[in-house]
Parts: sequence; C-alpha cells; structure tokens
Amino acid sequence: MVKKEMVAMLLAGGQGSRLGILTKNNAKPAVSFGGKYRIIDFPMSNCINSGVDTVGVLTQYMPLFLNRHIGIGIPWDLDRQSGGVTVLAPHIKGEKGEWYSGTANAIYQNMPYLEEYSPEYVLILAGDHIYKMDYSNMLKFHKKNGCDATIAVLEVDISEASRFGIMNTDENDCIYEFEEKPEHPKNNLASMGIYIFNWKELKAALIEDHDEHSDSDFGKHIIPKMLGEGKTLYAYRFNDYWKDVGTIESYWQANMELIKSLPEFNLYEDLWPIYTDTVKTQPQYCSESSHVKTSLISAGCEIYGTVINSVLSPGVIVHAGAHVRDSIIMDDCIIHENVTIERCIVDRNSEIGSGTVIGVGDNIPNEKYPHIYDTGITVIGENSTVPADITIGKNCVIYGEALLSDFVGNALPSGAGIVKDGDKI
Amino acid sequence: MKIDVAGIILAGGGSDRLGVLTSERAASAMPIAGCYRAIDFTLSNMTNSGIKKAAVITQYNSRSLRDHLSSSKWWDFGRKQGGLFVFSPFTSKDGNLWFRGTSDSIYQNMPFLHRSSEEYVLIVNGNGIYKMDYSNFLDYHIETGADITIAYQKSNDRDPSKAGMLELDHEGVITNFEEKPVVSDYNKMSLGIYILKRELLIQLLEETVPNNFYDITRDIIIRYLKKLKICGYEFSGYWSAVNDIESYLNLNMDFLNKEVRAEILDTYPYIYTKPKDEPPAKYNPGADVKKAIIGDGAILNGLVENSVLFRKVYVGDHSVIKNSVIMEDSHIGNNCHIENAIIDKEATISDNKHIIGTLEEPYIVPKGTRI
Repeated sequence: MVKKEMVAMLLAGGQGSRLGILTKNNAKPAVSFGGKYRIIDFPMSNCINSGVDTVGVLTQYMPLFLNRHIGIGIPWDLDRQSGGVTVLAPHIKGEKGEWYSGTANAIYQNMPYLEEYSPEYVLILAGDHIYKMDYSNMLKFHKKNGCDATIAVLEVDISEASRFGIMNTDENDCIYEFEEKPEHPKNNLASMGIYIFNWKELKAALIEDHDEHSDSDFGKHIIPKMLGEGKTLYAYRFNDYWKDVGTIESYWQANMELIKSLPEFNLYEDLWPIYTDTVKTQPQYCSESSHVKTSLISAGCEIYGTVINSVLSPGVIVHAGAHVRDSIIMDDCIIHENVTIERCIVDRNSEIGSGTVIGVGDNIPNEKYPHIYDTGITVIGENSTVPADITIGKNCVIYGEALLSDFVGNALPSGAGIVKDGDKI
Repeated sequence: MKIDVAGIILAGGGSDRLGVLTSERAASAMPIAGCYRAIDFTLSNMTNSGIKKAAVITQYNSRSLRDHLSSSKWWDFGRKQGGLFVFSPFTSKDGNLWFRGTSDSIYQNMPFLHRSSEEYVLIVNGNGIYKMDYSNFLDYHIETGADITIAYQKSNDRDPSKAGMLELDHEGVITNFEEKPVVSDYNKMSLGIYILKRELLIQLLEETVPNNFYDITRDIIIRYLKKLKICGYEFSGYWSAVNDIESYLNLNMDFLNKEVRAEILDTYPYIYTKPKDEPPAKYNPGADVKKAIIGDGAILNGLVENSVLFRKVYVGDHSVIKNSVIMEDSHIGNNCHIENAIIDKEATISDNKHIIGTLEEPYIVPKGTRI
C-alpha cells in the first residue's frame, strides 16, 4: 500500500475576476508572473522544495492552459513512480455532474484521491499567491503542537486587518476564534489560506459539513466548525514575502518590485529555486539600437528599441524606435516600430501596430469596469491586435482583433474599451 | 515522422587546439550561444528528424558531457523504445581500452549495432553547429542508391587543412577525397556526416579495424572510394564546428547575426538543451547592452557590446565588456574592462581588472579562475 505522510491539495480553480481580461481565458494560477513564471509555479515549487512529492491540483475555471502547463509535472520533478502531480477536475458522480462549490467542497469531492495515499496530514494550498515557504517547517510546528489543524498566518497592519480572515490566538498562538473580515479586529494575524490538517479529523469534518453546507468552505465552515467542537488549532507565523496579486494594480506592483536592484522577493538565489515549464530556451538578443534599463528580460526576446522599468516574458520582440516603459509584456508579443507603451499590461501573443501610443491622457477609470481598471493601467488581452498609429488612453481594455474602424479619430480615450468576443484564437 | 535510422554521435574528440577550454571538457560539451552545448545541435537534429535511438560515444574528458546528458528527456530520448546510449572506453577481458580512432570507437561498441534493428546508421560529429533534417539526407541516400552518402558544403574561404575536401562527378558520386590537404583544388568540404546501411557499417568495420585501420575517413571512405558508391549531399544551411579557439569565438559571434539566429534558433523545430530554471536576465540602471546575446539569470550593471554572455553571468557597475564570450556563472566585478576575451565558467574577475586580448589571440581565462 502506498503511504505518503503529507499530500498537498492545491486549489487552482478560481477565476480571479479582479484581474479583468487577464483571466478571461485563463485561471488566475496560470497568469504569467515575473517574466517566465506562472503564479502556480510558486506553490508548486514550494511543494517539491519542501519534500512534498504528492500534489493534487484542483482545476475548474478555464483549465486548458493550466493543464498543459502542469502536464505530468516534469518541470517540478513531480513526475514520480508513486505520487507526483495529479490534475483533479470536477467530474460526474453517479448520474449527475457537480462543480466545486467551495474550497472545502472541492476537497470533499476528491476524498478518494487522498485515500489512495493514506496520508497522516493534508496540506491545503491556494494557487494564487507569490511566496517561498518551507512547508516541512510548518509540518514540524504542527507535529510539535500535536494539534488537529495549523493555519499559516501573516502579521498585517492592524488598520488593514479588517480585509482579512483574522485568527484570534492566546499567548502560545493557539487559536480560540476565527473572524472573517472583522469590523473591529482584535488581532493582526491574517490567514494565508494555507492549512495543515490531520487527515482523519479533516475527513470527518468534510463529511459532516457536506450535509450542512453544499458550498462547504474552509474559512466559513470548516475552521469555525472545528473550533466549535473544541479541536486544537494553531497559528503558524510566516514572516517572509507573501503577495496576493489579486488586482490589476497589485499584480503590476508585484512585478515592478522584482526589477529593483535589491528586490524584497529574490528570484536569483540557488537554495529555493522556482521551477517552471521552460517553453523557450533561446537566448535573448539586444541589438546596437537597443536601450534596456531596470528591466527583467526573458529567454528568446529580441530587443531593437527601448525598454525601461518593464518585465518581458519569453519571446517578446520590441522593434526599433519603440519605447516600452513601466509595463508588463507577456509571451511572444510583437511591439512594432515607433510604438510607445506606458503603464500597460499586454497579454501573450498580441501585436501592437507601428506608431501606436498606449497609456496617455487623464486617469479616468474604466467606464464599464471601474472597480477593475482604475489606477491608470491599460490592459491588452491575449491574442489581440492593435492597429498602427492609434492613440490609446489610460484604464483602457482591448481584447481581440481591434480594427482601425473600431477607433473614432484613430484614438481610444481613457476609460474606454474594445472587447471582441469572436472565435479568434 | 519516425525514420528507420539509428544515430551515432562521435563526441570523443578533445581538441588540443581549444587549449585550456577543453582541459576539462570535450569539444562537444563546449558552451554555445548563451545557453547551449555543442552536442545539443546534433542531438536536437536527430530527435527533430524522427530518430528514436542515438548513441553518444565519448572518450576525452567525458564528465562534463555526461553531466549534460544525465537525463535524455530534454531531447525526447527518454522513451521505452529507442533512447540515448552513452558509451565510454571500458576494459573487458579482451583488454580493449582507449579508442584508437573513429572507426575503432564504433567497433568497440559493436553490440549497439548488432542489437539495433534500424536499417540505416547516421554517423555525425558532436561538435557541429547546424540545423539539418536528416530525413531529407536519408531520402537522398536512398534515391541515389549510394552505399555511403556524405554531407558536404561548398566553401571557398574555409581552411582545407582542417577538413576533408571532395571532388564529385556530375551524378554526385565522390571521385576524389583529400583528407586535410594544405592546399586543395576542390571547394566541397565534407561535414563529417555519413549515412549507410547498418549491415554495411558492420561489415566495413570488421574488414578494417582488426587490421589496424581505425579511422572512418582515412581507412573507410578513402580506401573504399573506388569499391563502393559514395555520394555527396549538398547542405547549404548554416554550418560551423568547434575546432579551435578561433572557430569557437567566431561561431559564437555568428549568433549575433539575425539570419543565423532565425535559421538555427528561432524557427521550429527548435534546438533543445537541458533547462536550468534561471530567472529572466536583470538589467539594472547602469546596464547598457548593444549587440549581445544574454543568457537567463544574468545580472547586468555595466556596458556589454558585441559579446555573448551565458547564464548567470554577473557584470558589475561601470564595467565594460567588448567582443568577448563570458561563460556560465562568471562574476565580473566593478570597473573592469574586458575585451577580446573568452572567460570560462565560474571565473571571478575582481574589481578594476583589465583583461584585454586581440582579435587574433583572445585572452583566455580558464574555468574557475580568480583574477
């Protein structure tokens, strides 16, 4: 019988709707980060670096790219004779199919997967945070306390604590109360969505809770239920870099932090490598006319123009005379001659026609989605094209093949959008 | 598509002409174009041509090559059928040990040929840098009904004394073959890429090697030229080989040309290598890079011009690097000036150092040196 001490369950089914057009066709964990990575690479790499070699990845929203990225787990050395990575999609049981209706419900539906490995402990992870963490230290802490569950927490500023799920603890960090987004927080220990459970306890709780809540959720149901039953739960303090890149602005900021001379989050150390599916191995090239400063440039990029304060994913071509500043340009985009791009995110495989200017004008929030695009960043979706000699403002969104006739007076004012839901691939 | 060919890559050659650069590695393991090793090109050509089984025959300083080939999955050779076989000289009760030549190195691994079922064998050198679809080469070989076909390239400016030079008749049959002539009347240079039937190769090796004829070119091609039908196959793509310091430096610089990158690196099917998971290269405020190839994980603070930098190279503040090749994980301090140099892996150049060679004689910093 196969026996694994701890199995990880990585929740990667979320859309991440506040990332707007970036998650239109892609689950948030599959969104690119730091040039060559995908957000899910961070928890996946943390698993293998921590010695967790059995990982179930729960997918639901737009899983095509994510499935291909994970494959059989080769980039993370998770192609194993026993264990390794398994993609767990919602499926039909008996007569009817069922979506994952909550974080705990997703685990409930995959109990047979966990049973295969008879684990002592189950590690629950979110697929959408940027951090490096040794889960084996968290497990040691869990074992030392002999508790039923351990929740990783981050000390946040007390003024921001009402945005998080807050753990109220005693002097030993034993949790006596959990409050979801409390109006008057008593503590500043925010849940990071990382849990270790004794599998026996969790299994019982999942089965019981399933009868009560069809949308069973860890924060809302399982943790309060366990506390109510007098189980022992501890808070495990994490003091290092951790970022939720849930909004366009925080996503952009987190990328920009990487290009500082001494970034808070260091990708350049050998001890805790972040692995990814290296699709391009070609070297990058900078021409005589190129001008690149304070930027991250990935494999296979060809730079003939100017790139400043930007993050470029593999295979981007920046033609002569083009200026890219304060922007994130993803895989295989082509920026033609004399384009000017400022504070912009261009998703993969898109093309900006020559002479076009993006990111000028007043900072007017997006008219349709003011809660998503409101900090001046314009976003071009994947597989999109923007014609030549167009002027595009701030907080704009473009998706699909935009034609010259879509623009009034060769311009798109700040806050406007062109989203084409055609079948263009 | 699968083709009925087993590949043999001759990766045994060291090369005295590469000096200290090959004191610890085979020529086939020389780093190329920012992130590759020379052997990646032939290995990728084989897998991209549909060859499922390949043998790499090593001899000289094979550690670094074996390290690179530690997993065959990067070139898609990690399969149940076929796969990658790495051979080194070994001692048996018959006493054979060091390979005495290219034929001998295959002869000593005869079980590989006997146990294979492929009809044809392709023999190539591991130090060639090119992209070739060997299936077209095989088609040509079958079409002409040749016993052996050799790929060649027209060359008017290359030094014949480093190569074999061919004369062909109007039907493409090789009528004369000069091995490393000082001066040659011919302008067709052998690329050291051969295809023939496996049974014929076994027969030729058994006829020659036991009689102390150990070299493919000298003892098979030239001696059997009149007996067998040996044809030439013209290859007109980019081709170079790691032979000496000059060719090594030049071929790395060739990749600064857009046409070469486009042909070899940027068009499908791609050249594969062992991925190293370095983060993207980081250009800090002092970086100024003109006409250069930069590997992943590099951190740049200074000026880099007309150069090839491999993975994880660090360039300090106010340093200047021109016309140079800097290999993986080398660290260049602040205020350094490096020109016409080849800096091998893991070297450390401390602050304020000037390392200046000439175009004819580049300054070479051996692996792991601290200056």
